[in-house]
Amino acid sequence: MTTEVGSASEVKKDSSQLGTDATKEKPKEVAENQQNQSSDPEEEKGSQPPPAAESQSSLRRQKREKETSESRGISRFIPPWLKKQKSYTLVVAKDGGDKKEPTQAVVEEQVLDKEEPLPEEQRQAKGDAEEMAQKKQEIKVEVKEEKPSVSKEEKPSVSKVEMQPTELVSKEREEKVKETQEDKLEGGAAKRETKEVQTNELKAEKASQKVTKKTKTVQCKVTLLDGTEYSCDLEKHAKGQVLFDKVCEHLNLLEKDYFGLLFQESPEQKNWLDPAKEIKRQLRNLPWLFTFNVKFYPPDPSQLTEDITRYFLCLQLRQDIASGRLPCSFVTHALLGSYTLQAELGDYDPEEHGSIDLSEFQFAPTQTKELEEKVAELHKTHRGLSPAQADSQFLENAKRLSMYGVDLHHAKDSEGVDIKLGVCANGLLIYKDRLRINRFAWPKILKISYKRSNFYIKVRPAELEQFESTIGFKLPNHRAAKRLWKVCVEHHTFYRLVSPEQPPKAKFLTLGSKFRYSGRTQAQTRQASTLIDRPAPHFERTSSKRVSRSLDGAPIGVMDQSLMKDFPGAAGEISAYGPGLVSIAVVQDGDGRREVRSPTKAPHLQLIEGKKNSLRVEGDNIYVRHSNLMLEELDKAQEDILKHQASISELKRNFMESTPEPRPNEWEKRRITPLSLQTQGRKGDHLFKDILSVKEKYLMPTTRTVEEKAQETDKSSHETLNIVEEKKRAEVGKDERVITEEMNGKEISPGSGPGEIRKVEPVTQKDSTSLSSESSSSSSESEEEDVGEYRPHHRVTEGTIREEQEYEEEVEEEPRPAAKVVEREEAVPEASPVTQAGASVITVETVIQENVGAQKIPGEKSVHEGALKQDMGEEAEEEPQKVNGEVSHVDIDVLPQIICCSEPPVVKTEMVTISDASQRTEISTKEVPIVQTETKTITYESPQIDGGAGGDSGTLLTAQTITSESVSTTTTTHITKTVKGGISETRIEKRIVITGDGDIDHDQALAQAIREAREQHPDMSVTRVVVHKETELAEEGED
Amino acid sequence: MGTPGEGLGRCSHALIRGVPESLASGEGAGAGLPALDLAKAQREHGVLGGKLRQRLGLQLLELPPEESLPLGPLLGDTAVIQGDTALITRPWSPARRPEVDGVRKALQDLGLRIVEIGDQNATLDGTDVLFTGREFFVGLSKWTNHRGAEIVADTFRDFAVSTVPVSGPSHLRGLCGMGGPRTVVAGRSDAAQKAVRAMAVLTDHPYASLTLPDDAAADCLFLRPGLPGVPPFLLHRGGGDLPNSQEALQKLSDVTLVPVSCSELEKAGAGLSSLCLVLSTRPHS
Repeated sequence: MTTEVGSASEVKKDSSQLGTDATKEKPKEVAENQQNQSSDPEEEKGSQPPPAAESQSSLRRQKREKETSESRGISRFIPPWLKKQKSYTLVVAKDGGDKKEPTQAVVEEQVLDKEEPLPEEQRQAKGDAEEMAQKKQEIKVEVKEEKPSVSKEEKPSVSKVEMQPTELVSKEREEKVKETQEDKLEGGAAKRETKEVQTNELKAEKASQKVTKKTKTVQCKVTLLDGTEYSCDLEKHAKGQVLFDKVCEHLNLLEKDYFGLLFQESPEQKNWLDPAKEIKRQLRNLPWLFTFNVKFYPPDPSQLTEDITRYFLCLQLRQDIASGRLPCSFVTHALLGSYTLQAELGDYDPEEHGSIDLSEFQFAPTQTKELEEKVAELHKTHRGLSPAQADSQFLENAKRLSMYGVDLHHAKDSEGVDIKLGVCANGLLIYKDRLRINRFAWPKILKISYKRSNFYIKVRPAELEQFESTIGFKLPNHRAAKRLWKVCVEHHTFYRLVSPEQPPKAKFLTLGSKFRYSGRTQAQTRQASTLIDRPAPHFERTSSKRVSRSLDGAPIGVMDQSLMKDFPGAAGEISAYGPGLVSIAVVQDGDGRREVRSPTKAPHLQLIEGKKNSLRVEGDNIYVRHSNLMLEELDKAQEDILKHQASISELKRNFMESTPEPRPNEWEKRRITPLSLQTQGRKGDHLFKDILSVKEKYLMPTTRTVEEKAQETDKSSHETLNIVEEKKRAEVGKDERVITEEMNGKEISPGSGPGEIRKVEPVTQKDSTSLSSESSSSSSESEEEDVGEYRPHHRVTEGTIREEQEYEEEVEEEPRPAAKVVEREEAVPEASPVTQAGASVITVETVIQENVGAQKIPGEKSVHEGALKQDMGEEAEEEPQKVNGEVSHVDIDVLPQIICCSEPPVVKTEMVTISDASQRTEISTKEVPIVQTETKTITYESPQIDGGAGGDSGTLLTAQTITSESVSTTTTTHITKTVKGGISETRIEKRIVITGDGDIDHDQALAQAIREAREQHPDMSVTRVVVHKETELAEEGED
Repeated sequence: MGTPGEGLGRCSHALIRGVPESLASGEGAGAGLPALDLAKAQREHGVLGGKLRQRLGLQLLELPPEESLPLGPLLGDTAVIQGDTALITRPWSPARRPEVDGVRKALQDLGLRIVEIGDQNATLDGTDVLFTGREFFVGLSKWTNHRGAEIVADTFRDFAVSTVPVSGPSHLRGLCGMGGPRTVVAGRSDAAQKAVRAMAVLTDHPYASLTLPDDAAADCLFLRPGLPGVPPFLLHRGGGDLPNSQEALQKLSDVTLVPVSCSELEKAGAGLSSLCLVLSTRPHS
């Protein structure tokens, strides 16, 4: 391993060299936020003295000493007193790309979706993966070895995140590592570390170099709606968005959010290409063949801005009709067919058209002569309609078809009866044969989830009901279930939300896929469409059978022509964003705006995107006026980031409150009546399977005020800043699996058996960092990615009240390295909180950590503040036992219940019946993807922290969690208030997830976050910073 | 297809069938039917025809009564008509199945596309079908089974066809009807309310709903005989029938109320929806 010269970007990211220099020169600055700290071995040594005993000054001293040697990215920005490094873990997975900073940081997402966008760099690095493989292995081993020793030395009792490496490594490796660890436990830690670092650097550099050298391309072919094929070469690791943009550009399509690319996974299954993910990952070994299709059917096509968009929609619908996907009556077939003729052939001309053989057109799945005659007859009546008008008429009629825009999925109900689930703009439709037998409007659906091949929806209780119900459907297989789930998530987001929901954030435990729709919503795309300001583009209408002359009456101006010509397609696009190629400003306008927003872009773009600040500048000459608005929007978003998270979260809450249920229309109201009632009379359909009867008390989300109070009141308390920066692992790794298991254990525990009753904790919260560390020590497996969940309504908090003490203790005492617990802050004599607490505490969030061994689950619990008065005592009484009971059970058959952090403060008690008992034993291990990521966890702690550990944790007064998100950052603020013998202490734990591709300056972002945190809570002190970085390195896996 | 809901009630013709004497005896109609006053029943029927022709201005076709088909006047059970398509039903009662023949012929003559039910397992009474202008609801009742409903869906593919469980002896149309393009009228009974709730769950379209004291009053016909600008009519039970519901019906605006009495025919299970079939011979114009 020789050290090579790194590329510029690497240097930047790695910052180790720079950092070192800087630190040396000005040790004083250390005291400031922006200091460089490194995770160098030396530093670790220095920090070895037990944290608890340290005073700030001593810390500082240490730091200075260390500074010389240190210099790793994020640490720079961490306040000096925090500098103490508890553990440093560096795992290099397959790709040697150490230098790659986490482009995407996902904090607590244990279960990663493979759908997550890959950092651009990764792609490039991949090419070298193979070469690097060997190296990595070595490195890994080393890392592990050192770890144990470090932790040992440093902190005998408090074990932190050290165990990271294992999570990410495949099993075999894990084992190896472990062995090594054991062997070398006592070995010299320092040496190893150094070595490690070097290696990493090396790799990184190498990787980057290579990247620039060879870029493999793959040819992809896309079948367009008019039947023609578009092909282009894509970089091997290109994301879906790149291809999609190329296609749209080729088509000259601006309103592209309604469209998507499909690939055929199997003869029966087609999947949407996720724009945010690498194509390669999604396709696995499939050929790069796609079809361009409408993904979201606009409910009202007349609201589309451009005729060309309507035209493509028409083409799609013609396909749908001809294939039978969109059933029509005879009359409608004829009518639509006649509009097609009018659009493609123009006015009926007896001489010209009399002889045309209409059988060349396909107006219906089975076309009769009678139909053709009817079509011809109706065609005559459309005289005078321009092609665009004919298309509009076509759409006006097509949109009313009952199956318009309904995406059907085969399934079985709980009785095994074949049904179809139709996902559409308004919700979920259930069909038996052709009959609609049930319907769940989006507002009625609380949660959508899947588990293995089961798909669940949790439905809001009806007006007169107290119980939520969960309805399960059986899909043919796991992938089908996941696909359905994704489609639901996307449709809900697209049609119902104003803006896309961020992927589930790090904060709490999330099981399964964290896939979210990342594109624009309908509202957004409509708004964007209003800004389209180009002359109607010229395009040719073709029929699938033959090319007809262009009849479009749209004026073809110079601009038009140039547009067309300047949009040659792939090559043009990319180069357009390159440094020197700004000449065609006009051209960019359309797509440029898109670029700005989408996080996954062509290579060049990514640079721009990564740094928002520079974005505008760089983009100036590229984006023309239409995009200005978008840019402004972006600005705004950025400001938001900088603002108080609290206020953001409030906005969000308000938004949620105002969005909720549909019309108070009488009819709608009635809808809310119990489903069971409605179905009673029906004999054949046992569609409704009430898996869960939930008794729920809904509490109003008044959290906001409370939460503010909380912050204000606890001036003297300490704040724990838990910053995690992590890169999303595209593949679910070991640690995810572990998590899944945990969830399972938790969820299912007391009553997982059919017919049994159990309580479900609505919220399971997990500290990602701790999670990951845990996972390292675990060897258990469960399927990951088998579960996905989505809550259509964002809510802020949800929880169950519990007593905190026991769990806290457990956690903190936990000797295992895995238990990374957030320390408790200094106790402060307290006055106000108590009052608050009495009235407002309603919900508790629980974080449960479970060991692999499943013996005991150390939990971290925090209480959420809810609003209304609630009988807290009662709740508290009930819950704890249940919780305890749950702990020991690890059952994989989890209800998809698990996650919730986004619901309103609710105290739930659920009775669960799991009907699908047969399924429980199935644990699929086959689909466990290999995780290739790099994870780093760095913990900085101030000495005071330890006060709470192991001690009496006091009585939990309140806890709350606030989440706010902005473009690249997700902040979860967790405030816990406890009283211990008349002293109250408040602990604020923030989890900031910085996610982004490529060039986001994570260090910067982190520094910013820390600064903000301090500003927000000037009276509190930061006691601990944990940085968890995860960089995705690998490429394999599936979507 | 027209604007959503606009298709509702468009009509140019009405089809009725005379009351045979056999209806009065109650025998031919099968068990359970009470004897009724034939003269009164025929008078009611005549008045109905008159209103359809004169008040609403429809072309009235009257099929002659057939003694072998005591329930022949209830021809609403024999066909489901939407647009230019008529689905000839397969009534639950085997005794009534011959009723469809005359109706089929008449509809064919009017130029409608005729769709037959070939499936011997299907039963479908026309009055279990409610067309709202945007979608169909088919009552799964004593009279109509899932297969029958499926055929409705197969026939009228442009529309969503949802099934609504109907408890008790009623047909769906005996419990609810359309008071306007966006208004569902329903009786107050549990069965009716349950049906309405089910429909509310199933629909994509918002409807207002009007609850009437009597279920039978909900069996009304929203008719739009044609001329633009002329407000549509609501043919409803009245004229001494169901006095309790009259006031509530006044709440329906934008329609001209046309009360009609058929209390005697009701004894044979008839309602307005079963006593006449309305159709438009030019549904798309």
